[in-house]
Amino acid sequence: MTVEREMEVRLKDVCKSYQRGSQQVPVLEKISFEIARGEFLALMGPSGSGKSTLLNLLAGIDKVDSGTITIGGCEITTLGDSELADWRAASVGFIFQFYNLIPVLTAYENIELPLLLTCLSRRERREHVLAALEVVNLTDRMDHRPSQLSGGQQQRVAIARAIITDPAILVADEPTGDLDRVSAGEILNLMDHLVRESGKTIIMVTHDPRAAEKAHIVRHLEKGILLES
Amino acid sequence: MFMLKLIIRNSFRHKLRSLLTVTGVAVAILAFGLLRTLVGLWYLGVESSSSTRLVSRNAISLVFSLPLSYKERIRQVTGVTRVGAMNWFGGVYITEKNFFPNFAIEPLPLFDLYPEFKVSNEEKKAFLLDRQGAVVGRKLAKKFGWKVGDRVVLKGTIFPGQWEFTIRAIYHGAQRSTDETQFFFSWEYLNETLKRTIPRRANQAGIYVVGVANPERAAEISQNIDTIFKNSLAETMTETEKAFQLSFVSMTEAIMVAIQIVSYVVIVIIMVVAANTMAMTARERLSEYATMKSLGFKWLHITTVIFGESLFIAMTGGVAGVLLTFPAANIIERELAQFFPVFHVTPTTTLLQLLAAFLVGTIAALFPSWRGSTITIADGLRRVG
Repeated sequence: MTVEREMEVRLKDVCKSYQRGSQQVPVLEKISFEIARGEFLALMGPSGSGKSTLLNLLAGIDKVDSGTITIGGCEITTLGDSELADWRAASVGFIFQFYNLIPVLTAYENIELPLLLTCLSRRERREHVLAALEVVNLTDRMDHRPSQLSGGQQQRVAIARAIITDPAILVADEPTGDLDRVSAGEILNLMDHLVRESGKTIIMVTHDPRAAEKAHIVRHLEKGILLES
Repeated sequence: MFMLKLIIRNSFRHKLRSLLTVTGVAVAILAFGLLRTLVGLWYLGVESSSSTRLVSRNAISLVFSLPLSYKERIRQVTGVTRVGAMNWFGGVYITEKNFFPNFAIEPLPLFDLYPEFKVSNEEKKAFLLDRQGAVVGRKLAKKFGWKVGDRVVLKGTIFPGQWEFTIRAIYHGAQRSTDETQFFFSWEYLNETLKRTIPRRANQAGIYVVGVANPERAAEISQNIDTIFKNSLAETMTETEKAFQLSFVSMTEAIMVAIQIVSYVVIVIIMVVAANTMAMTARERLSEYATMKSLGFKWLHITTVIFGESLFIAMTGGVAGVLLTFPAANIIERELAQFFPVFHVTPTTTLLQLLAAFLVGTIAALFPSWRGSTITIADGLRRVG
């Protein structure tokens, strides 16, 4: 598997449906779009429109029924589970609404987590983690566990964890959904900083128009269909 | 290293739950160990029996005795080195609650036939010289505070009357498994008394303990002895001491099987409890497993975390249970010496306890690890908290 570092997301005729009892319920229908490297895309739409499903497909944590998804030159729709796991470890950073940090690990250890799958030495891992902590401005909280951090701080730890492997793409599912206005602003500024300074490509699902304002492109989904921008 | 850290921290995440599970496993492993020891104890007489001893008894039943005249005829059988008459006395010391095994045995061959009973030469000599002398085990003497020279009276049940003895020797076992709760006195004392009080019961031996030089010839010697007395009024049945002991054990085998089943049921119960705990734990952490998977961790990592936690809890309980077994066995041996003269936890029992704990941990983790490693990331992430 070769993963090109050039950032490019391309979806072509992506369809996804779920089985509910004996019924096949379509969630996404023939979705096609492209995102250039270093772009910040916001996906908006009402609940049940298929935003999170689309995000999951882009992040390689769910599989398409038909169509293709190519990220950084790698067609992830052809990868098996194990290859997909390797691809995710190297190429995608996740930011979740509820942070999804491991409660028994400190901020430092949570951030270090993805690096444990690499062949970096302990010292190299430490350098990377300290650099990521610097980016999210949480060096002084590195030994705190998630329960000892505020929501905004937890989300910053999650962002540090997402960028620690220097992935090509960051996917964020309602990253400000559980935060107060001030913390949400800080998180969005941080994401904006990552796009501008580090050239990261971010795909964010949000309900919040203020969050969407930070994005370069806003696309709307309705009933599984991507509306024209 | 990281996995180990995660496993240990996860294990102590719900302290009360983990503590209760560890306690449950520890108690179950303790119960398993004690029950296994009890079963082992039942067969102790069989296992500690000597291959150089045969037992000749009345072929009809142990209830019937053998004439004293048989002794010399048995002694003449090729391969026989020693013969001693022996009777189960069944005497009671003060009350029935003070039960201990007591036998009348010919003093001279006693120490040759039973080299596992260690007695000083001085005490041995004193016992041989005193017809009313008795040799008692160390534990028995300790229990009743007996010392050499003390007078002890047993109330006869099979042989009526008040029987007075003087303790002349206290033996200790050559091995830890040797029974040190027995009481031996001179068979001559029994026989002489019976000659006076119940003459028809005199000159009769309950059994003959027969010493042989070569254990490999035990079957042949047994057959030769039984052939001598074939078609007599009291035919003999000669067998190895082991077979003789087994005949007693086989009478209570059903109870032993029941105890063995209970010991395994205890383990199955704790296995279900541990499996429930692990299932609950894994269910609560599905979103964490999904998060780890989204970061690139694979099913093997998830399985390791779940199995590790389950094994850590089960083995902690298992080791605690094993460590508790030794003091518990000591207490039983001390307090219930009349029922369990030797309550010794064997290395095999300890190994079985640890194996049982390992099995509990492994089986308890099977379903949760399958669930944790197969759940899709999308499904797992939906389970917040």
